[in-house]
Amino acid sequence: MTKHTLSRRGFMKATGATGLLAASGIASPAIAKTKKLKIGFVTPQTGPLAIFAEPDQFTLNQFAKKIGDGLMINGSKHEIEFIVKDSQSNSNRASSVAQELILGEEVDVICATSTPDTTNPVADQAELNGVPCLTNDTPWQPHFFGRQGDPAKGFQYTYHFFWGLEDIIGSFVNMWDKVDTNKVVGALWPNDPDGNGWAHPELGFPPVMTQRGYKLVDPGRYQNMSDDFSAQISAFKQAGVEIVTGVVIPPDFTTFWTQAAQQGFHPKVVNAAKATEFPQAVGALGDRADGLSVEVWWSPHHPFSSGFTGQTSAELAADYEAQTGNPWTMPLGFKHSLFEVIFDSLQRSEDPTDPDSIAAAIKATNYNSVVGNINFAGGPVPNIAKTPLVGGQWRLENGKPVLDIVENGAHPDIPLTGEMKAIG
Amino acid sequence: MVWINAIVQGVLLGGLYALFAAGLSLMFGVMRFINIAHGDFIVTAAYLMVALVTGLAVHPAVAVVLVLIALTTAGYVNQRILLNRVLGKDILPPILVTFGMSIIIQNALLEIFSADSQRLPAGWLETGSIVLSDAVAIGWLPLLMFAAAVAVIGGLQLVFYKTPLGRMLRATSDDPEIVPLMGGNNAHIFAIATALASLVVGVAGIFLAMKTNFDPSAGPARLLFAFEAVIIGGLGSLWGTLVGGIVLGVAQTLGAQIDAGVQILAGHLVFLALLVVRPRGLFPKM
Repeated sequence: MTKHTLSRRGFMKATGATGLLAASGIASPAIAKTKKLKIGFVTPQTGPLAIFAEPDQFTLNQFAKKIGDGLMINGSKHEIEFIVKDSQSNSNRASSVAQELILGEEVDVICATSTPDTTNPVADQAELNGVPCLTNDTPWQPHFFGRQGDPAKGFQYTYHFFWGLEDIIGSFVNMWDKVDTNKVVGALWPNDPDGNGWAHPELGFPPVMTQRGYKLVDPGRYQNMSDDFSAQISAFKQAGVEIVTGVVIPPDFTTFWTQAAQQGFHPKVVNAAKATEFPQAVGALGDRADGLSVEVWWSPHHPFSSGFTGQTSAELAADYEAQTGNPWTMPLGFKHSLFEVIFDSLQRSEDPTDPDSIAAAIKATNYNSVVGNINFAGGPVPNIAKTPLVGGQWRLENGKPVLDIVENGAHPDIPLTGEMKAIG
Repeated sequence: MVWINAIVQGVLLGGLYALFAAGLSLMFGVMRFINIAHGDFIVTAAYLMVALVTGLAVHPAVAVVLVLIALTTAGYVNQRILLNRVLGKDILPPILVTFGMSIIIQNALLEIFSADSQRLPAGWLETGSIVLSDAVAIGWLPLLMFAAAVAVIGGLQLVFYKTPLGRMLRATSDDPEIVPLMGGNNAHIFAIATALASLVVGVAGIFLAMKTNFDPSAGPARLLFAFEAVIIGGLGSLWGTLVGGIVLGVAQTLGAQIDAGVQILAGHLVFLALLVVRPRGLFPKM
């Protein structure tokens, strides 16, 4: 990793290099050897989001092995090179490494995953510089509207696939319906883009809750990295809350959940998005993890297969666990699908060296990936494709956390593997 | 009753802040040294504890002793071979060096332990509590943390005011240029002060490991409240740091009763108000 600062010397080098390249392009005649295609990948390998990047190496190795010495596109073989850059979990950094990839490495396609802090700045740079870009693993509203996307116009070069806020609201409320409670819901929504989005009086949880007969107890937007949740717990106890829902970072959730036990607060349903998406974080909760519920974007139980390697979701997860020794995580399926869609698009493109041709191919995608069908024609807004979301519940099996699919209201093709139970 | 519980929880939270701040307060008191990597040292101690207990299956009591010995030694050596070289009239070099150490430690931890969040399981201690009434309950772990903070600060106070070592430490704090004339060795005394501070860092790290999940980047977030506790209490005063922690903790829990969004803000506002009224803190020693 080189640090990217725009110094006078760096500027001279960069502009000099492009100048040289342009000159050589004019001077040399068309050569028989096909152009090597460069794929830039921005990912948070270090920093607070690093857990999202755990399947990176496995996925890249898998694709590099399968591609071997080249990918056949329109009858000619193209060598493929992956160039991976670390965003350090920082949006400014993500933006500057995306610039490096686009202007320095001159990548043909750029891609990024994991939260708006990574996908938004990378997509912005790609759109600005006219480089085809594919991203996932950020709910579509913060990605599309977070970049000032206009639903009437959309973007020219940047495409994104994931689920949205409406899916998680639907899935959570469906899960509450499955447990017999007094329908009083306590909210743990922090003062960050996620928390504010979830709490939004028109687009967030509140209108759906009223419509489905749930009463909301909202003690307000707390700051992330709080060391004390006694105020929320007192408020929930006083209101007789039996369901807790929130989008809480792991350390805060642990603080809340241990304090709840100390203060004698025992809800029947607890949805903790973010905090319980990863088995590593759930494992840290010990016995207290039993019965927590969360949204599920991908799992080994999903009835989808990779169009690239032919592996089913279960086989992909098993392969990952065998090779890395780590438990499968939801981003694994999405990292895999990201490259699947890129290679599918490259293979369909008329000219894989022309950005507009690649962008057109991505736009025309209708592809069955390991996370489901990806089709940008059917999205809620242009440039977005939606993937299915279901609800899951953690259960402890021999002390190890296991995620059961317990809610599939919107996507009955994904099979249930367990029944939603009340905690305790 | 809700307000009483808020105050009780605030006092206990203050113990946690004081524990995180005590090492910082000590180093500043003796050397006028601001350690930006303080939070990262705490996280390192937490990782050591988890590695020993869950990784190598060492008995927790033995692990505590090992962590404390390791931290104290590392603190002494670090001060002796690195930090002493940057100490001087200018306060900037130590800040820059410890800032660099903070980044190095975070990335080293990420390499060794990966980004997975960790925690030390503490069994019944985590969730157990003394229930005083329907609305007021005191968790065993927060109570233990508060007791540890009082014990650590009491212990340091004892060392400072009742032992020959403490006399040297106070003398160095008062006038580091005269101490060598009397046969003292500044380099050694500074290193001992850092060793003591690191011992406290070890205690804080062990409690952090039990309190909540932590990951390699969890350190800096702890630093802000620790700084505020030190400033509210008054520079160089150890009991002041405990009081500062409690003031901060109670302000936060009372603020949260008004609205969860006010929790952290209330702490900062009290800090600001105190700076206006008493710029040198509640019990300044210097």
